[in-house]
Amino acid sequence: MDECSSSQPTRPRWADDDDDNDDDLILPPRQVIGPDQDGIKKVIEHKLNDENKLVRITTTTRVRKVADARLSKRGVERRAWRKFGHAVNEEAAGAKLTVVSTEDILLERPLPYGSKREESKHQNEKEGTTLMICRSCGRKGNHWTAMCTYKDLSQPIESFSEQDVTSAKDGTKGTYVPPSLRRGAERSSGSDMKRRTEENSVRVTNLSEDTREADLNELCRAFGPVTRAYVATDHSTGMCRGFGFVNFLNREDAEKAIKVLNGYGYDNLILQVEWAAPRTNQI
Amino acid sequence: MRPILMKGHERPLTFLKYNRDGDLLFSCAKDHTPTVWFADNGERLGTYRGHNGAVWSCDVSRDSKRLITASADQTAKLWDVQKGAELFTFKFDSPAKSVDLGVGDKLVVITTDPFMGLPSAIHVKRISSDPSDQSDESVLTIKGPQGRINRAVWGPLNRTIVSAGEDAVVRIWDSETGKMLHESDKETGHKKTITSLAKSSDGSHFLTGSLDKSAKLWDIRSLELIKTYKTERPVNAVTLSPILDHVVLGGGQDASSVTTTDHRAGKFEAKFYHKILEEEIGGVKGHFGPINALAFNPDGKSFSSGGEDGYVRLHHFDQDYFNIRI
Repeated sequence: MDECSSSQPTRPRWADDDDDNDDDLILPPRQVIGPDQDGIKKVIEHKLNDENKLVRITTTTRVRKVADARLSKRGVERRAWRKFGHAVNEEAAGAKLTVVSTEDILLERPLPYGSKREESKHQNEKEGTTLMICRSCGRKGNHWTAMCTYKDLSQPIESFSEQDVTSAKDGTKGTYVPPSLRRGAERSSGSDMKRRTEENSVRVTNLSEDTREADLNELCRAFGPVTRAYVATDHSTGMCRGFGFVNFLNREDAEKAIKVLNGYGYDNLILQVEWAAPRTNQI
Repeated sequence: MRPILMKGHERPLTFLKYNRDGDLLFSCAKDHTPTVWFADNGERLGTYRGHNGAVWSCDVSRDSKRLITASADQTAKLWDVQKGAELFTFKFDSPAKSVDLGVGDKLVVITTDPFMGLPSAIHVKRISSDPSDQSDESVLTIKGPQGRINRAVWGPLNRTIVSAGEDAVVRIWDSETGKMLHESDKETGHKKTITSLAKSSDGSHFLTGSLDKSAKLWDIRSLELIKTYKTERPVNAVTLSPILDHVVLGGGQDASSVTTTDHRAGKFEAKFYHKILEEEIGGVKGHFGPINALAFNPDGKSFSSGGEDGYVRLHHFDQDYFNIRI
């Protein structure tokens, strides 16, 4: 077939095109996939990045109603004003300047005087953090069974949410902070726990020879939970050396025990019960 | 409620002002560019470029056509709100601090700081409706108060000017003669710099906030001290609700306690007090730095706070707020 070479003389011939003039490469148009039933809106734009490569930018936003706005007639007019100053290039979404907070902020009522106003509990529950339930005392709180002492419930229920864990003491993001040093960590755990109950230590003297730990325990249980009962025994003979120690969980119980048991007749001997002298770490 | 966070300013906020219709919010900061936002969704409308120093305060006319701003670059500028165009510049010999338009938007009171030997002063200027007709002339100049005047506002019917500042004394001046009519009592008044002053929506009383950790409510005609609200933090900003008996105080932090700050972020709060019972109703947390500016929307259904962190937080109240009972 013969083709007339001069059919369209005005059309530029592709072979004459200069490759370097493609800076104004036609970009695909901006697409807006309007808010669907969840309010999700997608805006797809194309740009040339620094290396002159075509880049597709997809912005996904959720359109959500924050509040009722009732505008006066003039207010409606003002809504239609063109942007000026630094806002000239902004699109309707207000760019990244305006963000709805992800946190729900409440007008927090002040607590009555005296009660601890620490990390708001609602923050805890809202974040879906684990609520620990202690198996021994059955209470919700900040401790597991191993260190269960009722007294410690007065410590603030520090939220174990991610935000607190990552905001380490020195505020450096990303560094690992061991649990014992984290903000929510129970201070004075472990060793101090023992020392504390050892402050409720009662010394029992004038015990009969055949007294054993179990006897002391049984004797003192009536006053309250006993964490530890010790009877000084002579290893060679197996006989009691005449004295022993009882550690109560609660100080009041220890007091009661002293009051009642001091001078009490036990196994034909008069018991002497008093506060134990503080333990000295010697040897 | 879910506050809307607006980070349009790189430097600390100094002042916030709603227009009369409550659909625009003007914010001033130390970064030289006052900004205007839509007050419903926080979308930025525009910025006013032209100042060369921190912008300390602003006021907008009742028809929302004119904006006036005071800046540390020793000028106060008049702007067209819609276009962002600078219409006129009032030049001073020292940094300008506070502006307030009087009823009718024909008069403006501008205060200037003490600077290089010049004392602080209160200037009254006339605003003409035609910007080309605008003159720089002062109608009245009052000199004299010691220290900086942080805020000066018009009294009822533009007959008086109320000023408060660094010397912790509130003064009422006659706007025609410039004579001082009333002065607050040193015993019952504030003990430290008064940082902020806000009038009630009907203009009959006003609230002052001071670094002495308290805010006081005064009658605007007699300067009688009506109420005192105590907080634990120095007060940087105050505002009153136009529809309920609430006042809001925004505070800062003592310089001495800065290094021992709680590392929990977002704990600076705007405290709500019952205006008459002087009792704390609650606090709204969220700012990462001391709160420097507070403003209530004239419809009373939302308020915004501006902080040292450069953020403006716009809060629309939940229904619960209106049901609060003490």
